[in-house]
Amino acid sequence: MAHEIRRFRSPTTEAPLARYGLMALAFLFLALFLILPLAAVFIEAFRKGVGEFLAAFGDPDTLAAIRLTLLVAVIAVPLNLVFGVAAAWAIAKFEFKGKAFLTTLIDLPFSVSPVISGLVYVLLFGSASMLGPWLKSHGIEILFAVPGIVLATIFVTFPFVARELIPLMQDQGTGDEEAALSLGASGWQTFRYVTLPNIRWGLLYGVLLCNARAMGEFGAVSVVSGRIRGLTNTMPLHVEILYNEYNFVAAFAVASLLAGLALVTLVVKTLLELRYGAEIAAGRKH
Amino acid sequence: MTTPAAVSVRWRLRQPSVIPGFGLTLGFSLAYLTLIILIPLAGLVWRSASLSGAEFLAILTDARTLHALKVSFGTAFAAALINVVFSVVVAWVIVRYRFPGRRIVDAIVDLPFALPTAVAGIALAALYAPNGWIGRLLGFVGIKAAFNPTGIVIALVFIGLPFVVRTVQPVMEEIDREVEEAAATLGANRFQTVFRVLLPGLAPAILTGFALAFARGVGEYGSVIFIAGNIPYVSEIAPLLIVVRLEEFNYAAATAIASIMLALAFVMLLVINLIQAWSRRRYGHGA
Amino acid sequence: MDVSVRNIRKEFDRYPALNDVSLDIRSGELIALLGPSGSGKTTLLRLIAGLEQPTLGSIFFGEEDASHKSVQERHVGFVFQHYALFRHMTVADNIAFGLTVRTRSERPPKAEIRRRVEELLDMVHLSGLGKRYPNQLSGGQRQRVALARAMAIEPRVLLLDEPFGALDAKVRKELRRWLREFHDRTGHTTVFVTHDQEEALELADRVVVMSQGKIEQVGSSDDVYDRPNSPFVFSFIGDSASLPVTVEEGGIRFEGKETGIAPGAGDIAAGEGTLFFRPQDVALVTDPAAPALEGRVATSRRLAGTRIADIDVGTPERPHHVEIEVPLDANAAGGASIRFRPTRWKLFGA
Repeated sequence: MAHEIRRFRSPTTEAPLARYGLMALAFLFLALFLILPLAAVFIEAFRKGVGEFLAAFGDPDTLAAIRLTLLVAVIAVPLNLVFGVAAAWAIAKFEFKGKAFLTTLIDLPFSVSPVISGLVYVLLFGSASMLGPWLKSHGIEILFAVPGIVLATIFVTFPFVARELIPLMQDQGTGDEEAALSLGASGWQTFRYVTLPNIRWGLLYGVLLCNARAMGEFGAVSVVSGRIRGLTNTMPLHVEILYNEYNFVAAFAVASLLAGLALVTLVVKTLLELRYGAEIAAGRKH
Repeated sequence: MTTPAAVSVRWRLRQPSVIPGFGLTLGFSLAYLTLIILIPLAGLVWRSASLSGAEFLAILTDARTLHALKVSFGTAFAAALINVVFSVVVAWVIVRYRFPGRRIVDAIVDLPFALPTAVAGIALAALYAPNGWIGRLLGFVGIKAAFNPTGIVIALVFIGLPFVVRTVQPVMEEIDREVEEAAATLGANRFQTVFRVLLPGLAPAILTGFALAFARGVGEYGSVIFIAGNIPYVSEIAPLLIVVRLEEFNYAAATAIASIMLALAFVMLLVINLIQAWSRRRYGHGA
Repeated sequence: MDVSVRNIRKEFDRYPALNDVSLDIRSGELIALLGPSGSGKTTLLRLIAGLEQPTLGSIFFGEEDASHKSVQERHVGFVFQHYALFRHMTVADNIAFGLTVRTRSERPPKAEIRRRVEELLDMVHLSGLGKRYPNQLSGGQRQRVALARAMAIEPRVLLLDEPFGALDAKVRKELRRWLREFHDRTGHTTVFVTHDQEEALELADRVVVMSQGKIEQVGSSDDVYDRPNSPFVFSFIGDSASLPVTVEEGGIRFEGKETGIAPGAGDIAAGEGTLFFRPQDVALVTDPAAPALEGRVATSRRLAGTRIADIDVGTPERPHHVEIEVPLDANAAGGASIRFRPTRWKLFGA
């Protein structure tokens, strides 16, 4: 005898109405705060057509800003990469006193306002500092020059690679390395042929986030740069200048390049997570 | 080889290991950390310590400083609160429901991590300004959403969103379905199960997410200044006031405000660690 | 409360997890659902609880058709394998949960709830631990909290899903005995799922043996062990050996040769079949003229008071492997030939 089945709802889900309501709420929220702002960047950039958009990149100051941003990233990212690997090696592969404290220190720049990250270098190298007059008399320019911008960028992007690698390498333990060493590999060979292949995707992930932040940093760089057009203007700073001059199309055109970089970062990040989810999962836990 | 007794008595920095490179990697890490982070931060602390108590107090009790701090803390708190509510909904929808494009929605949550703050700032200003798409709509109902504290809250909601979602999401994913079924067999309806069983279980993660979003919001600069209007005593945030003081070469004031904000950042860091430790001790898992 | 499961079919993505299952559970009975993983035992338990909905068929609680009742309306006590305790609540709050979620008109006053909780804590021997959090308890204690929590709502039926599965062997044995006593004291109709036959046979009034979404046999421990009604039950419960045989002229033959035994009552009377017997139910045959099963010892090992021999019976080209118990004084060295006959057996048609 076949019974007619009343609509059954699993005890672990909401009624359809609540479900659709929650989904609508979530989508509306994301649309208002994430999707529309992102769309606005591109729409504003092309508001007056492709010609105007491209014209923005004919400006030598804009090109100088793009060059400077790339230069800063090319210096800052590799330095933080080397630091990240070294710190992760020391923290993940060894037990030593003060390890937890060191890990907290590495995360410190995340908790500091970008403006303060810039301010500390102004206080260190500025004209009112102890170093300032000495630097000036020797003709070394740090503040309102490229070195200051690089330093501030390194400060704010400091933790990215390390904090991606530390949990990942802690998860992997030391067994592989001990096996390689017992087979006669040197320390460098062990790192190159055993550790590095194990961490490469997590490393790429960290570098990606580090680079996105390095190219996009605004607050810290703004404090130390002095915003000299064509000389110490990075792309985000140039966006601000153009925007404040009511040159909206150019401002959004430069901004759209940065937004494109952000989108590429997100896409690669998502692909990495899909493809190598397990290998980098440890790094995602906050 | 040393005898076991000798080993146990001697204080040692690290436990023995056959893996090489400890001195090199730790030495380099410490040197780099000291040069890039610690010395500059110590410089700030030293500078603010060299201010006399009276000077310090005068700067902090200056009406403009007080207003800026109030605006920063107030808007960051409001934005973190809004984020807690909506981010929990967003995380729930991503974790629990299956719909086309779920992966894209999941990925887009990280946008505020990846998008430069200045870009976010001008985009939000373009949208929420009185002549922007959303600003115009809000204007009809009499809401002004830019160039006032409301605009700051909007920018900080954008910035804080992924902090709460990404803190809550992994904990939500680990919710044991059996726990919900147990609540149902005991007679709890869905509402009771969600509000009395699931959400309290997520509380440590939600609190941590709140603290992270709040801390980030207080210090945020780039995304805020374009939409805030930056009117002293009304919509001027503390980080902007630091910049203003710097441009006036008033290093003492910039340092004093910065040291207060730095102190707060450390307090938040401590609070987050305490929440995690408490949650681990009580429930046997981190937030 | 009796529970009657009538012609239940349950499909997951078109794949039937249960196929036309019927079962009558008597009031006050302690019944075990036993089977290998994938046999549908947990699905059946979840259907009774209302955590799943059957594709076809109905479930009665007493005279009442509960098929369309939600899990909340069914008033069943369910204990999960991994306890499913609310870890942000104290033990006392966990136990009180089922009472505090009732509507205002049905909810007992606070003092009454507190009294009930104390009573239940006492019943599961956890007095004084009410203020602890689940994280601060051992596995066995957590499982008892889960049981107390389920009992708090005065359930009509108690359902336990692999209640001892996550515990270590020693605690499992203790808790098993304790559950039997608990059941005898409270008299609740109780159904538990297990894949551990020892647990089912020791604990249950009746055992329901399941395989591939069907019930194979329902009966007492003696029934399912001594009188298995299918090849599956015979081989699933206890150790067993099986051989392909034929029945000719009233005798059982193996590879055409007489074995000296004949079909019993209920066995097939002619044709091909499979002979089942247990290792301990054999006797060695010393008279070379008497018919018997003949084989060669492959290996043998000493096991406490007996010796277990692995025997290859039949032609050397196609040997059949069986395990039997042999007396300690018998020659069971590797390669020795051995002749034996089952003393108790069961013959199933091919």
